[in-house]
Amino acid sequence: MNILAVTDLTLKFGGLKVLNDVNFSVQKGSILSVIGPNGAGKTSLFNCLTGFYKPSSGDMRFRGKSIAREKPYKITTLGMARTFQNLRLFKNMTVMENVMSGMHCRTSVGVFGALFRSPYMRQEEKEIKHISEKCLEFVNIPDEGEKIANNLSYGDQRRVEWARALATQPKLLLLDEPAAGLNYDEKQKLIALIRKIRDELGITILLIDHDMRTVMEVSEHIIVLDHGERIAEGTTSDIQNNPKVIEAYLGKDEGENI
Amino acid sequence: MRFLDFGSTAGKHTLHAAYCVVIVCALFLPLFASNYVLEVFSNAWFYVILCLGLNIVVGYAGLLDLGYSAFFAIGAYTTGILGTVYHVNFWLTIPVAIIFSILAGVIIGGPTLRLRSDYLAIVTLGFGEIVRFIARNLEITGGASGLYGIERPSFIGVHLTQIWHYYYIFFLLAMLAALASYLLENSRLGRAWRYVREDEDAAEAMGINRVAVKLYAYVIGAVFGGIAGCFFAAKMTAISPETFMVTQSILILMGVILGGMGKIPGMFIGAFAIVLFPEIFRGIGSTRLLLFGVLMLIVILYRPQGIYSGKQH
Repeated sequence: MNILAVTDLTLKFGGLKVLNDVNFSVQKGSILSVIGPNGAGKTSLFNCLTGFYKPSSGDMRFRGKSIAREKPYKITTLGMARTFQNLRLFKNMTVMENVMSGMHCRTSVGVFGALFRSPYMRQEEKEIKHISEKCLEFVNIPDEGEKIANNLSYGDQRRVEWARALATQPKLLLLDEPAAGLNYDEKQKLIALIRKIRDELGITILLIDHDMRTVMEVSEHIIVLDHGERIAEGTTSDIQNNPKVIEAYLGKDEGENI
Repeated sequence: MRFLDFGSTAGKHTLHAAYCVVIVCALFLPLFASNYVLEVFSNAWFYVILCLGLNIVVGYAGLLDLGYSAFFAIGAYTTGILGTVYHVNFWLTIPVAIIFSILAGVIIGGPTLRLRSDYLAIVTLGFGEIVRFIARNLEITGGASGLYGIERPSFIGVHLTQIWHYYYIFFLLAMLAALASYLLENSRLGRAWRYVREDEDAAEAMGINRVAVKLYAYVIGAVFGGIAGCFFAAKMTAISPETFMVTQSILILMGVILGGMGKIPGMFIGAFAIVLFPEIFRGIGSTRLLLFGVLMLIVILYRPQGIYSGKQH
């Protein structure tokens, strides 16, 4: 069953076509990667999916509902969470508070609940804390909750961003270059974590990355973008042997006899 | 500068003890202070309420607002008009003023909160002036000379005419405003304000409706200002458009920045600083404003986080 279906998605900035008639769908419970050279339109695709860019034409259906014109917060509430390519944590707040932000769309207490400290409000606050703690445990940084996010190591900040995304209780998780800036060891742990999220929480995963080795190792299905167009799609071995992909990454086999 | 480091270095208990001492002193002040001193201090508590209200907008939600005196004007004029023209009991004018403040908050906030900070500052500046000009030009608001003869309210049979009555009213309101701020900053909504202030896009990606969250800050700040305005009208018995000039909004904003944005004790320090300083140096005439300006520059240059150094919320 499809959790996400993208049809004829086009995004233009003035005369520049960043995405050109992109079609693909994501199977529920799968791990799908989007790869492509720099400037291929991968992050633009993510920004379209999460509502930060409005597509020029085409449609995106998430869990059967069109999200092409929805605001980012609505899409998150529908069950799509994302991480950012450059970390976008709330840097001056504690790790715990960062993760608690994910629970915002799953809770409801407003002004009066806050002013009168209603029993419902206190119950909800307890639940927000509890679930946030569980998310921190899941990404293996259970004891960092009280630290200011900015004081954590880069790898741990990444984990906070993941925990925060998990706290929104998504059905589909979008990871924008999760392996960027990580060493070999950290990458292995990352792959294990991605698998764990899918297997234990049943969350479908869509990720973008440059790092071929990570992508090949973790994904079940790969889509290749180049200049805003989908040039190939298939399993790991299909992609590795596809001449179009090799051309996009390495350039055409001509003019090299200098 | 060590003595200014309270909040960061002092332990929790020392801090709580200090608060208690200040509150007790404030409670007993009317027993031995002159009317002049009480007048100044009532004014200071009044500015504490305004600073706490503006702090929700500027400190918590991170929105620059240069027209805050408009909300305070709306409260004052609501009480003034209902009291002098329709002879409505003062206490009944408060809920009406709250409703008008909320409406004004939504009307100005709704279309403008999609703007980023500097544009918002310009719009709010304009809004403050629009409200003042409306007050200046309408007949019901008394035009340029304003409203006078606003009746003093009664409370459980006591006609509130003495300055110490108003001292206690503003003191109590300031305490309530501080309590409300505290409860809000430690809630789901208070956190949402900080998320939006830190990184709007990331907050939106976490499922937070940033326009709604900012609108809440705007409306709640407006209600603080509106209520303060009602009591201001009752205390002064006369209000005029000149009370609500841009300089008034800037003064309140100065109190917030000087005290330390997003910090409740900072609002007390900021409000007292802007009220007491010009009074203490009254002896040196108008040079005191120059001195005030210089001192403020020094504070902003060397303590950009405000006089109060505790953690920002």
